[in-house]
Amino acid sequence: MADPIERVSIVVSKGSLEGVYPGLIMANGARMEGIEATLFFTFFGLDAIIDKRMDSCSVATVGNSAMRIPGGLKMPTLLGAIPGMEAFATFMMKKEMEKIDIPPVREFIEMIHDAGCDIYACKATVDMFHLSKDDFCPQMDEIITVGEFYEKSAGAQIIFT
Amino acid sequence: MSTIEIGGKTLELDADGNLANISDWNEEIARELAKSEGIEELNESHWQVINYMRKVFVEDGGAPSIRKLTKESGVNTKELYALFPNGPAKKSAKIAGLPKPKGCI
Repeated sequence: MADPIERVSIVVSKGSLEGVYPGLIMANGARMEGIEATLFFTFFGLDAIIDKRMDSCSVATVGNSAMRIPGGLKMPTLLGAIPGMEAFATFMMKKEMEKIDIPPVREFIEMIHDAGCDIYACKATVDMFHLSKDDFCPQMDEIITVGEFYEKSAGAQIIFT
Repeated sequence: MSTIEIGGKTLELDADGNLANISDWNEEIARELAKSEGIEELNESHWQVINYMRKVFVEDGGAPSIRKLTKESGVNTKELYALFPNGPAKKSAKIAGLPKPKGCI
């Protein structure tokens, strides 16, 4: 049998609900399997750890060609642009997630951090968006450069989401 | 099917190495299973988690998610990982004589 995975370093680069969750689920799942995990948030992915924004991540209903309306038909892009559509899709997805015990972003970040996963923010993005450490939730450990990210990822599998 | 020998009894194991029959379980067996998982002694908090896992399994027919475990067992996430290093849900299920949890969370 091949060597088991011992460390993962997960990059979250998107800030939509469906962009944020895969990385969080993978990080939590890694810790549950006894795999060391690190989360690195970059570009719009930072929204998941910015204190004032992390509770309002939403589903992108425009430009998502896999988006379906209830019943299974493809949703025309123009329909996705109707005001309220994004809020509705987000509400529906959050409801389904709650049913299978996937926590809201803030609670999930707390849980993952308590599970021993380090949480980092990308320095380039922090500078670009004129952010500072105070803008982040308390679980964000450090703002680091891409070089430091690679250093901290030594021996890890890097997963980009 | 593989088996394990505890206290002179031969117990059947499932494919994941967990007890195949939850009725085979008792506290003595839990202590031995814990040792094989690297936990030398089970303290009060360990038992709190183990008993909670068994209670949920009987009520719901499955092991609880880590979120449920954190919220309802009375033991928080940090402590869970300290009590059962390298996978609290998986390890506590094994020690509690239950099948491996199936959920993603």
